[in-house]
Amino acid sequence: MTALAHGVAPGPDTGTPAPAARSGRKTPYLLLLPGMLWLAVFFAVPMAFLASTSLQTGSLEQGYVLTWHVQTYVDALQAYWPQFTRSIGYAASATVLGVLIGYPLAYAIAFKAGRWKNVLLVMVIAPFFTSFLIRTLAWQTILTNNGPVVKFFQATHLIDLMQFLGLTNNDQLMASKFAVICGLTYNFLPFMTLPLYASLERVDQRLLEAAGDLYASPFTGFRKITLPLSMPGLVAGTLLTFIPACGDYINSKLLGSTNTTMIGQVIDGQFLRVLDYPTAAALSFVLMVTIVVLVAVYVRRAGTEELV
Amino acid sequence: MTGQSQPSGRATADGDLRLVSLTKTFGSFTAVDDLDLTIPQGSFFALLGPSGCGKTTTLRMVAGLERPTAGHVFIGEHDITLTKPYQRPVNTVFQSYALFPHLSIIENVEFGLRRRGMKNTRRTAMEALELVQLPQLADRRPGQLSGGQQQRIALARAIVNRPSVLLLDEPLGALDLKLRRQMQIELKRIQLEVGLTFVHVTHDQEEAMTMADTIAVMNAGVIEQLGDPAELYERPHTTFVANFLGQSNLLPGAVTGSDGENVVVDVRGQSLRVPRSRCSAPDGAVWFGVRPEKLRIVTGGGGVTGNQLSGTVTDASFTGVSTQYLVKLGWDQEITVVQQNDGTPPLRPGQQVTVQWAPEHGFALGADQDAHAGEDVSDEALPVGAVP
Repeated sequence: MTALAHGVAPGPDTGTPAPAARSGRKTPYLLLLPGMLWLAVFFAVPMAFLASTSLQTGSLEQGYVLTWHVQTYVDALQAYWPQFTRSIGYAASATVLGVLIGYPLAYAIAFKAGRWKNVLLVMVIAPFFTSFLIRTLAWQTILTNNGPVVKFFQATHLIDLMQFLGLTNNDQLMASKFAVICGLTYNFLPFMTLPLYASLERVDQRLLEAAGDLYASPFTGFRKITLPLSMPGLVAGTLLTFIPACGDYINSKLLGSTNTTMIGQVIDGQFLRVLDYPTAAALSFVLMVTIVVLVAVYVRRAGTEELV
Repeated sequence: MTGQSQPSGRATADGDLRLVSLTKTFGSFTAVDDLDLTIPQGSFFALLGPSGCGKTTTLRMVAGLERPTAGHVFIGEHDITLTKPYQRPVNTVFQSYALFPHLSIIENVEFGLRRRGMKNTRRTAMEALELVQLPQLADRRPGQLSGGQQQRIALARAIVNRPSVLLLDEPLGALDLKLRRQMQIELKRIQLEVGLTFVHVTHDQEEAMTMADTIAVMNAGVIEQLGDPAELYERPHTTFVANFLGQSNLLPGAVTGSDGENVVVDVRGQSLRVPRSRCSAPDGAVWFGVRPEKLRIVTGGGGVTGNQLSGTVTDASFTGVSTQYLVKLGWDQEITVVQQNDGTPPLRPGQQVTVQWAPEHGFALGADQDAHAGEDVSDEALPVGAVP
């Protein structure tokens, strides 16, 4: 009896903790599994397809074969270089405008809105209740020839200034660089404003009191305290604006002209109308790599090791 | 009685902080009521009071973070009432420390120097860090420091600017007891070393008495009494001060006459004596007060050396260096007696005793006040960042 008891007793001691520890080590991987599967099926696999497609030759009728035809990249870039640089330029402009409009807006909501805070936040998000397409179409109406906005620009001769800067064509606002950048800025403004608001709202106002106490004027206090502490939001906002704006093809299509074609529009056309899959895939890849490189450089320079 | 005036006859020095008829109201609530106060240059001054007494509001008005409803703030001859916080030669050690989380410790300390365009900011800041004995933390971030270390950095960041007045807003409130005791001594050392005017706001009477040269006890927006710690403790002028600073036994009585230098007070048929200078109400009803540690318990007769009352011991609690007794007097009032554990045999509840004390240890206060004013508020913790 005692022998049995002794024989059994060590069992739980040595046996049970080990499986518990093993399953403890497994838990993080189990939790990662759904996400990894999702990524594999909807990101990694399509990426591999895209990469493969960009190196294939052939036609729709005869089928495509993987021939490692790198020349497609060279040809595509040569043909669409202007649209490429234009996209980056427009996206950068929209991002800068987004910061100029979004930062004061987020600041006002975070610190000055008082009881209107929630109402204003809902108003920032409200455009999402209608579709991207409808919102962009609305800008056609806003900027339409002989509309009030155009009339105002004409009356104040701002239109001449914009013409001089090459932002518009002739006496109208539609189908111009100006219209496309306006559309991009508008459509991505909430993505700029919300992360900025989130990080500004966390800035402890007592720090600004302390800065004032230490001889910093309100403006210096903003520059030395509020601005650095809102950097994570600023970086997140600019990324969330710049990246989708680079690949956008709706704004340039609906508000622009053939002179404002962006790379997203080209890829869209190559895939769905010209049916030149390798060129479309090659352009997609170049765009992606360019964005990754630009973002990596930007994040590194912005010095956001405390990001997230 | 309230707003005890300053020791007069002393000329205002260049750097004295003067508050003149300072008033602050929030809606219908008067936080600070017509306050007059002069804080001499180089002194360690404590504003002591329960939460909501207006001490933090007073401090914030001196710092420029709150605009007075009426009155003026002077430093020397300069009226700074309407100047912005960043224009004042005043720095604050905040209760929350408010260290800048994105800057290193040395950058935090340099902040004020840089804003004023000083040279050699790094060296000056390092000297301040040495003063608080933390130069080795210069390159850390505030988030990596303990509460006590953050407290010292907050002090260094303010002191490095050599302000005319350094304000300390409950600076030790977030520290544990042992660290608090240590920092009290440390703060006093630093104040003596740098010779700046420290204005220290606290609700902790022991903290105020340990550090300050002069204490102003504030209650309900006015100063109840002002003086050095011993003076406030030995000769309180109001029941609030008597109860808020330490403990007091207050007995109801009436002035019946005088006996030489002493006033005779009748307390329920017992004649007690108190020096005339220690009596705030020359005639009529008074509260006769005496501190618990000034009382001596004698069993049996004993020689009559001063005032005495007889009663029954109802409770004895041993606290190590001393024993606290409750003695019930003839009219059912219990008084507290603290006896040193000097070897005399302990008393048991139920024992008949006589309580004696010297006349010069008593004090008499006007009976128009609440005998319980200022009780049970001194230990109240002020929530971090609270602005009454």
